[in-house]
Amino acid sequence: MSTNQIGKPTNRVDGRAKVTGEAKYAAEFHVPDLAHGVVVNSAIAKGKIKKIDTSKAMAVEGVFKVITHENRKDYACYDKDFKDMDAPPGSPFRPLYNGNILFNMQPVALVVAETLELARYAATLVEVAYEEEAHETDFEANRGEAYVPEKYNSTTPPKPWGNPEEALAKADVKVEVEYAHPTEHHNPMEMHATVAVWEENGKLTVYDKIQGVENTLQYITSSFGLPKEKVHVLSPFVGGAFGSGLRPQYQSFLAVLAALELKRPVRVMLTRPQMFSFGHRPRTTQRFALGASKDGKLEALIQDVFAETSTFEDYSEDVVIWPGLLYKCDNMKFSHKLVALDEYTPLDMRAPGGTTGIFALESAVDELAYKLGMDPLVFRLKNYTDKDQNNDLPFSSKELRACYIQGAEKFGWEQRSKEPRSMRNGHQLVGWGVAHGAWEAQQAKASAKAVLTTDGKLTISSATADIGTGTYTVMTQIAAETLGLPLEDVTFKLGDTSLPFAPLEGGSKTVSTVGSAVKKVCEKIGEKLLRLAQQQANSPLKDAELKDVTFTDGRLHLKSDTAKAVSFKEIMQLGQREQLEEEVSSKPSEEQKKFARFAHSVAFVEVKVDEDLGAIQVSRIVTAIAGGRIINPKTAKSQIMGAAVWGIGVALEEESVMDNNYGRFMNHDLEKYHVPVNADVHDIDVIFVEEQDTIVNALGAKGLGEIGIVSIAPAIVNAVFHATGKRIRHLPIKLDKLL
Amino acid sequence: MKDKLEKEKEAAQPRALPPKQTVTLTINGTERQLELEPWVSLLDMLREQLHLTGTKVGCNHGQCGACTILLDGKRINSCLTLAVMHDGAEITTIEGLAKDGELHPVQQGFIVHDAFQCGYCTPGQICSVVGLVSEGKARTLDDIRDLMSGNICRCGAYNNIVKVVQEELERSKAQ
Ligand code: FES
Ligand code: FES
Repeated sequence: MSTNQIGKPTNRVDGRAKVTGEAKYAAEFHVPDLAHGVVVNSAIAKGKIKKIDTSKAMAVEGVFKVITHENRKDYACYDKDFKDMDAPPGSPFRPLYNGNILFNMQPVALVVAETLELARYAATLVEVAYEEEAHETDFEANRGEAYVPEKYNSTTPPKPWGNPEEALAKADVKVEVEYAHPTEHHNPMEMHATVAVWEENGKLTVYDKIQGVENTLQYITSSFGLPKEKVHVLSPFVGGAFGSGLRPQYQSFLAVLAALELKRPVRVMLTRPQMFSFGHRPRTTQRFALGASKDGKLEALIQDVFAETSTFEDYSEDVVIWPGLLYKCDNMKFSHKLVALDEYTPLDMRAPGGTTGIFALESAVDELAYKLGMDPLVFRLKNYTDKDQNNDLPFSSKELRACYIQGAEKFGWEQRSKEPRSMRNGHQLVGWGVAHGAWEAQQAKASAKAVLTTDGKLTISSATADIGTGTYTVMTQIAAETLGLPLEDVTFKLGDTSLPFAPLEGGSKTVSTVGSAVKKVCEKIGEKLLRLAQQQANSPLKDAELKDVTFTDGRLHLKSDTAKAVSFKEIMQLGQREQLEEEVSSKPSEEQKKFARFAHSVAFVEVKVDEDLGAIQVSRIVTAIAGGRIINPKTAKSQIMGAAVWGIGVALEEESVMDNNYGRFMNHDLEKYHVPVNADVHDIDVIFVEEQDTIVNALGAKGLGEIGIVSIAPAIVNAVFHATGKRIRHLPIKLDKLL
Repeated sequence: MKDKLEKEKEAAQPRALPPKQTVTLTINGTERQLELEPWVSLLDMLREQLHLTGTKVGCNHGQCGACTILLDGKRINSCLTLAVMHDGAEITTIEGLAKDGELHPVQQGFIVHDAFQCGYCTPGQICSVVGLVSEGKARTLDDIRDLMSGNICRCGAYNNIVKVVQEELERSKAQ
């Protein structure tokens, strides 16, 4: 049977390309005469370039050009021309615009040469003299200057309700604490790269690392004043991004700049240290004040957030929406202020705001539960909310209770001993922790096209992306299921601006957004097939309505009588059609506005902490997810496991350390910026609970890219407390904090 | 010791670049003679000159394992060595693992166990697994995790990668 593709643990359709090395990522498109660009970065965080001497670099044979702000070609100068689809309010950074330095490692020159080695070497010969100004990169020192932005890039913080101060004052048990976590960098394994191919006829083909080709197209055409018809952007494979590819990064602009100037193809690939020279997860400090009655009812919650941004853009993310979504409480209040620093603008990084806001919230709640002498899981159940109190809306679905029950059972939570430091395994202290979380389940507008040919092959396309999330695979499944075709007969195309529009792949909304368009366009093809079949004089489907037929194995037949069937091939041949074609747009229903739409998760974690050395091992994770209908349990599980690995990084390892003397992230490579490796990861058990949702989209599926990360870090923090009796409020928990 | 002035004078002149050298390498079963500048890394030779872009680059500093290939059967970080140092060597890259269109069992295992997401670390991981199994050092689960820790997977596919290694170790034992 070829139907029922949805829900099957199908292998990735692009698997073979990825395991053979055939899948081509942005830097890997070789064209004749490809020149290589290497970026020179600023050595200071603030000031001006006094002089930039490129003569030595230019003297190297094989160097074509060193492009700087002094000799670059003209390009647009208004802020609006540099606003990409993901730009926060403010004035976007413009590479090589002038001699002003806004942040450390700002690109100041591009060396373009015949070979990569020559470009690298010549880049070391560029000499830059600066007029330095005092920079401000110290977050804590600048907290006094924090401000409320004119416009939030994220959701505006919810208005307060009840009387939080009074309720807090009256509460039997209180927790008033401050949490902090550092800046983090995405560090996808593939470093950002762009190949810009200039052609004689003035056309430009751009291979870019981006989470949505439309964004590069918009950015490049508006900043260089090029007509859209002349630029073609492609991005068939993306080697991870996690948010780093939401905005076109400077390598993309510089590759195009050089290609236009030299009138030849140019590639620019960043180095790993340069991967620390643009967007990052903003550090925050969060003050929490919680009050509860003796019997464990949450009476008051106040959350005050300070988050970093740059001096030129007001970036903010949803750090303060979580308490109102996760706990029932009659008195809540929030603030979210920004601290502008001389650094690049922060950027969405896997579950932006959720990862950080939920870490602090779930740590604070754990502290409160311990103070109350309550099982932290029982506390959460007692204060469960059935509505989104931020907007006073019911949830479209929320099977979080089922997550608690199934997760706790699998983990064996019942056997938990209450007291901290009460479980051990030889010289290791053992601790168990729990936390829950939510992530938005949004849908946006998107288009898709379908072409069915007489050989029964279906090609679906949309200009979306697959950053490792499985887009190729799940879209193929959705199309195959809708038209009853075997997977092998369906091809899904993405990452190409000549295809119908799709928004950025971010915010866990691709299945919902593009999947809905794919389903709709396939239904249209189905309708066309039926009409065409009915044009035949004695069609067995003569009087059938669309609802009376099904599509199976490349055939259309009556639901009531499967013998009354016609194959797609026959229909098209008899109707004398070479192919059937449809293009549709889909958008969220009006109905959605009446509901809060979120995926939910819970994580149970076991840690083992070496009593003498403080080394922490996350020995066991059980995470239960309420994510609506699961299109592909195999890729879905991988996404959740991967997010759990990220949670380990957030809790225990990742930290971009700012050296305030230089105003530069000093641990800018993979030796000193630690991400989890194989030895850091142990058992991870993923449960998907049943969840029906007819509101979120036509598929009933919620995105899964981010829900898997949010509850992991706090569950680890809480487990470390249970193991050691030490409450660590500043991430990451490195062993020195336990000694 | 050169004095400061002399050093400055020298720095003002770009150094004359050393001439190319002839290197013979067997790459994925085919012998190739290459004219290479001595500063070309094995990784850049594969990716930039031979366009064998299956081998990836994630750091260029031996910190990530994306560039792992098999050099005379041993897994190495190809970014950390110069091509001219390996005259006469035999190299297998991801492109050379499948035979006559049939995937190597480790490649197949990666697909079946969904041991990747974005796929960027994958060629390095696969070569690393092949190398690991032939080293014969990995006995326990902890060994596997330790010995695979030179290959970072930012997508976090580790547990599925481990499954592939376990299966491959079993398979190699059975042979
Ligand atoms: S590229 Fe060689 S180890 Fe990272
Ligand atoms: S699969 Fe993406 S880095 Fe490993």
